[in-house]
Amino acid sequence: MSKNVNDASAVDWIAVGHADEIPLRGARVVAAPGGDIAVFKAADGGIFALRDRCPHKGGPLSQGIVHGEAVTCPLHNWVISLRSGEAQGADKGCVPRIPVRVEDGKVLVPATLLLSAAA
Amino acid sequence: MTRQSLVVVGNGMAPGRALEKLFEAAPGAYKVTVFNAEPRVNYDRIMLSPVLAGEKSYEDIVIHGDGWYIKHGVTLYKGHKIIAVDRAAKTVTSEHGETVSYDKLIIATGSSPIIIPVPGHQLPGVLTYRDLDDVHAMMVAARPGARAVVIGGGLLGLEAAAGLQMQGMDVTVLHLMPTLMERQLDAAAGYLLQRSLESRGIRVHCKANTREIVGEKRVAGVRLDDGTLYPADIVVMAVGIRPNASLAKEAGLAVNRGIVVAPDMRTSDPDIFALGECAEAAGQVFGLVAPLYEMAGVVAQNLLGGTAEFHPSATATKLKVTGIDLYSAGDFAEAKDREEIVLRDPTRGVYKRLVLKDDRILGAVLYGEVADGAWFFDMVKRGVDVAEMRQTLIYGQNYQGGGTLDPMAAVAALPDEAEICGCNGVCKGKITSTIGELGLKNLDEVRAHTKASASCGSCTGLVEQVIKLTLGDAYNPAAVQQMCGCTELGHDDVRRLIKAKQLKSIPAVMQELGWKSSCGCAKCRPALNYYLVCDWPGEYEDDSQSRYINERVHANIQKNGTYSVVPRMFGGLTSAKELRAIADVVDKFAIPTVKVTGGQRIDLLGIKKEDLPAVWADLNAAGMISGAAYAKGLRTVKTCVGSEWCRFGTQDSTGLGVKLEKFTWGSWTPAKVKMAVSGCPRNCAEATCKDVGVICVDSGYEIHFAGAAGLDIKGTEVLGHARTEDETIEIVAALVQLYREQGRYLERIYKWAKRVGIDSVKAAVMDDAEKRRALFERFVLSQSYVQTDPWAERVAGKDAHEFTPLAAFGAAQHAERRLS
Repeated sequence: MSKNVNDASAVDWIAVGHADEIPLRGARVVAAPGGDIAVFKAADGGIFALRDRCPHKGGPLSQGIVHGEAVTCPLHNWVISLRSGEAQGADKGCVPRIPVRVEDGKVLVPATLLLSAAA
Repeated sequence: MTRQSLVVVGNGMAPGRALEKLFEAAPGAYKVTVFNAEPRVNYDRIMLSPVLAGEKSYEDIVIHGDGWYIKHGVTLYKGHKIIAVDRAAKTVTSEHGETVSYDKLIIATGSSPIIIPVPGHQLPGVLTYRDLDDVHAMMVAARPGARAVVIGGGLLGLEAAAGLQMQGMDVTVLHLMPTLMERQLDAAAGYLLQRSLESRGIRVHCKANTREIVGEKRVAGVRLDDGTLYPADIVVMAVGIRPNASLAKEAGLAVNRGIVVAPDMRTSDPDIFALGECAEAAGQVFGLVAPLYEMAGVVAQNLLGGTAEFHPSATATKLKVTGIDLYSAGDFAEAKDREEIVLRDPTRGVYKRLVLKDDRILGAVLYGEVADGAWFFDMVKRGVDVAEMRQTLIYGQNYQGGGTLDPMAAVAALPDEAEICGCNGVCKGKITSTIGELGLKNLDEVRAHTKASASCGSCTGLVEQVIKLTLGDAYNPAAVQQMCGCTELGHDDVRRLIKAKQLKSIPAVMQELGWKSSCGCAKCRPALNYYLVCDWPGEYEDDSQSRYINERVHANIQKNGTYSVVPRMFGGLTSAKELRAIADVVDKFAIPTVKVTGGQRIDLLGIKKEDLPAVWADLNAAGMISGAAYAKGLRTVKTCVGSEWCRFGTQDSTGLGVKLEKFTWGSWTPAKVKMAVSGCPRNCAEATCKDVGVICVDSGYEIHFAGAAGLDIKGTEVLGHARTEDETIEIVAALVQLYREQGRYLERIYKWAKRVGIDSVKAAVMDDAEKRRALFERFVLSQSYVQTDPWAERVAGKDAHEFTPLAAFGAAQHAERRLS
């Protein structure tokens, strides 16, 4: 299997739920053997996914407040970009991004990333 | 070429800094392995004193978190002590049998505290002050009222003494020499220091020669040569440090007091460097951070083939004890060919002394007024000829050149390399250039990006002056603190405009008040949500996505992502039925920790998020509701048993507490609100450090407010007196409502009261019956919408999406849900 997850045709995508099930400016968790994934819905309805671990102390980002295209970690208020996974402001750190697609309202992520932590 | 292997023995601040410099200059040049005898990452040992004083936690003082090691590909062995270096094979071996080979080795084994071998020195309760384990041991022992004896009146000993006193202990310092801190201070400054410590209640005994530590099973006291006995529950030895050089010695390296290094920091084996407190350079060993960091830079350069050299220079010392201003720099011993300039001002407690030789400053001691410390120290280091300004030198920088008394001039005249922040080694030029490059505008930003004043904070004033100097009029710290980056408006303006413009939703506020971001941020959204909840009861619909996680799921998130649950126990009363139900819940859900809280109720910790609704269902079934231990709202009403049982009780304090809690539960407030009712002035419910407190007296009820016992400690202010329970409840409700309407989000009652003035609160709540009644009625109206148990709502299905994952995959489900 190709490692290039940006090439949709080469990836084994798997549905994890429906976009409607995620609250606007909110997130849901996908529990998986490769580590929990946080799936976010920004104010404009855009869907993003990150590993559910803040690069600072491992806080569950899915529990944070979503604003713009960012989430604030519930443990120590680090602000993480949903698009890049990078910590914003003066904090330094990055959380792995999970490629995500929406098709007919279904939220899809690469199957390999559900099984293993590599991203 | 394969990467060379660099092994570092020790994980203190000096090797941490060396690795930082190495990775900065040549990332990837070495494959690095670090062995740390302590089971931790690298933390800031200078900041142990604030940890001991309770001002900071371990997390606050970590320099390199685990992520840093991963990012730089460093293999870190925690809790691995190296026991042998084989120089022929070029390997090191740990006590767990791990062997790693090196091309280059850094020995940074640090130092150990010296234990004076007097009788009794091995008794339990005799501690040292060197690392985090020591601090934890002290904090465990530090019961308020317990007695501590600190042996050693040097820098470390005095910081330990001040920290233990902050923990409420009765502290005595024993010092062998005639004056305190004799290595950094002359006798006069030592005397002033002793006087100010004594005025804070720390006993100081100089010329104290310890004969023995007495005690049977554990320490009970310290006896001096002159027979004086000081009783003690703990004894802290802080008499000095000894370099840890035994590993190097056994490896056959040259060792004197410490591990002998040449100016290039190499030991007698050119592939082995020694660094930090274990190293001896030019016949000296070092304990202060500045020279150790300098050594670290030299090691990093030479690891990359450089030719850097370390030459010990003058160092400066500051005592990190709040309220004591003390600065010493350089060499200030008396000698025949030296002169001195002294200024004393006994009434102000100011003492300044400069030691000169050939018109150059060798050393400076400043007490009580230390603003010119950096200026003097800079001249010491640069060897400036001061002949021209000798007449006015001692008065400081403001008085040079006949200029006017401009407080900014002193900072303006500092050269770029003058050190501003000693803890983090930040010089003036670094601050000004970072401000320019990144366009920083205030102290918080400068702190975040340069780390200046980010540790002990004693240089904050200086940093602010540098900012002001760099930004000119653009820097205005007194300006209204804007709510967040999304708006120029402050909290008070936003609250006023919400009412004036009848704004009833978050999007309406953002639109009408010109928010700069599309949907706010994690700072303004919870604040706006609260203001709207408060101002439009029954009209505004709470926005759960603008609440912190704890308030959204009505439980408290813990560090590992599990939650804690606290059922309400009105007035601290419970029953066999409730306790039985709690016990059953604990068993049923295998809840790992059950703890009694400070607010007289029971905390169930470590509950998985998915289990929360089921836990609540069982607690609800036994009649319990949410204790709101997570809320910016009413938390608890703590009580004593009062006249129903207590022989001193004047009124039914428990009953009043229950009534107050039944009346106020569910209310949202700017920040949490804790109340208490004590049945008599003995105050067993500790009402005088609460947000709202009631002290029962024969004639009725004394109502207090604006106390604090957290980050700040503050006794309450008396609001007034009430004759009946009903009157008390009306006054308390009116007070809380006034706070709800005026408080800024996250501003506790004591801060609000300080800002608006105690008298203005009294005027509204006590002096004007009509106003009080109106406040009370607004509170009652608001309560009519919020007294619904949030747990019961969620048991019934509200916000179900919060408590279940979107999807859960094990290996089996994975195959089923795959799309073709």
